[in-house]
Amino acid sequence: MSPPIVSRGFRGRRRDDSPPDRVPPGQYATDDFPVLSAGPTPQVPLDEWDFTITGEVDELHRFTWEEFRALPSETITVDIHCVTKWTKLDTAWEGVRVETLLESVETSAEYVVAVCDGGYTTNLPLEDVVDGKAWVAFGYDGEPLDPEHGGPARLLVPHLYFWKSAKWVRGLQLASTDEPGFWESNGYHLYGDPWREQRYTGD
Amino acid sequence: MTDDVKLDGNAAAGILQQIFAVEVTMASGTCDGCGAVEPVGAVSVYARAAGTVLRCPHCEAVLMKVVTDGERIWVDLRGLRALELSV
Amino acid sequence: MAGTAVHRRLTWQVAEVVDVVPETESVKTLRLDVPEWAGHLPGQHVDIRLTAEDGYQAERSYSIASAPESEAVELTVEHVEDGEVSPYLTGELRQGDRFELRGPVGGYFVWEPSRGGPLLLVAGGSGVVPLMAMVRHRVAAGAEVPTTLLFSSRGWDDVIYRDELEGLETNGLRVVHTLTRSHPDDWIGYSRRVDPEMLRELGPAPEERPQVYVCGPTPFVEAVAKALVDLGHEPVGIRTERFGPTGG
Repeated sequence: MSPPIVSRGFRGRRRDDSPPDRVPPGQYATDDFPVLSAGPTPQVPLDEWDFTITGEVDELHRFTWEEFRALPSETITVDIHCVTKWTKLDTAWEGVRVETLLESVETSAEYVVAVCDGGYTTNLPLEDVVDGKAWVAFGYDGEPLDPEHGGPARLLVPHLYFWKSAKWVRGLQLASTDEPGFWESNGYHLYGDPWREQRYTGD
Repeated sequence: MTDDVKLDGNAAAGILQQIFAVEVTMASGTCDGCGAVEPVGAVSVYARAAGTVLRCPHCEAVLMKVVTDGERIWVDLRGLRALELSV
Repeated sequence: MAGTAVHRRLTWQVAEVVDVVPETESVKTLRLDVPEWAGHLPGQHVDIRLTAEDGYQAERSYSIASAPESEAVELTVEHVEDGEVSPYLTGELRQGDRFELRGPVGGYFVWEPSRGGPLLLVAGGSGVVPLMAMVRHRVAAGAEVPTTLLFSSRGWDDVIYRDELEGLETNGLRVVHTLTRSHPDDWIGYSRRVDPEMLRELGPAPEERPQVYVCGPTPFVEAVAKALVDLGHEPVGIRTERFGPTGG
């Protein structure tokens, strides 16, 4: 495959001042927050929303929106890395730690699949969503999370590529095997560590 | 609600022709979800994503997923029960 | 259907800018020399790819504005505020610059005289581009298929190809403008968004079974397509090309 032709003067919309220790290999920092979507934006009224924990668990655990919002939550600032090559530094979120949602769950499962309105799924090792590594986020930049960015609530797992931070999340299925989700079953890496540039299957 | 990012199947013509080697926007696809039949050019395309997703314009079920890294193309065609092409 | 435009292995080709021509304050036409170009059909588009010095890439699709009979391949691009690609194409690009393109593609959204008519073309802003290729081809081919172009623009100075369209209104081509945000004091045409009443007044009527092509931003296309179906037009006769939220 011959190298692509460089177009004189083209830069795109990128920050000039990307600190290299915060921008993973192959990524470009941006100030935008692009909306990426694989389907129509779901519209679920909050009185119909719930979050369930199912699969290899002692019993089904369910939170209504009120129960979810009554849980301890925190504000965090993290960098996010999309596999389409943009990185956004210092994004501020408000959410409930996933381990808080899993507190009373008994399981020997090692993997989770996040399930979402609209049918999107993504798989992760259980250890990657506990110990302060993941949240179910309901706020972004001081405001309630916009539907086009995953509101009312999305998964937030900043240490992995952002396709793992599933929008419109409605629950976690616990399993003893790692089942590829929506993108992982069609070319994307099972794990997705941006610092090892694990974008595609076989990387 | 209008999803402003939604495009028509025609917008995926380029990547689809790289897979099928022929123009497929005029081929008829049958949705495995609801059985509807439409030209590929008339389905819904979501192209601002980690890949390209083609959905049935009637029931929104996924018809096809396409991911490329520039050298490999991964295609999931499970949502298409059948594709009829003229050659 | 022309064989070369439909059955080809697609590869990225090099396009060189011959000229950049202003159309309106925010719209420019790029006239390109594409040495390996094998021809196209009116309504098709190309995918273009820009690569920066450090390897950063962006891809976008643009409809071909020129008729197949034209010598140069022409793309008409609207500058989108804060866009990634269009500010470069309309602001920076100059004669001699090069980028990659892949195509032509998109056989679904094609009109040729053999498809017949009557022909109804509904354009929202820069959605006029592929429809203009159809109009230009109709003229070049000497076709007399009764054709209506309903063209929605923000204001009179935003009308792309304005003068050219005025000159083409003969031989069964009718151009109807609607200006949605501002209009000249002596304007007697439509001054609102395209709606079912406007479409009904203009025709053609559903019984005439027109070939219909609608192009523009996604919300525009969806509103017009719905209005046409509500008027009784067969969905199968309506072809849509949504440009997304901003049109490119």
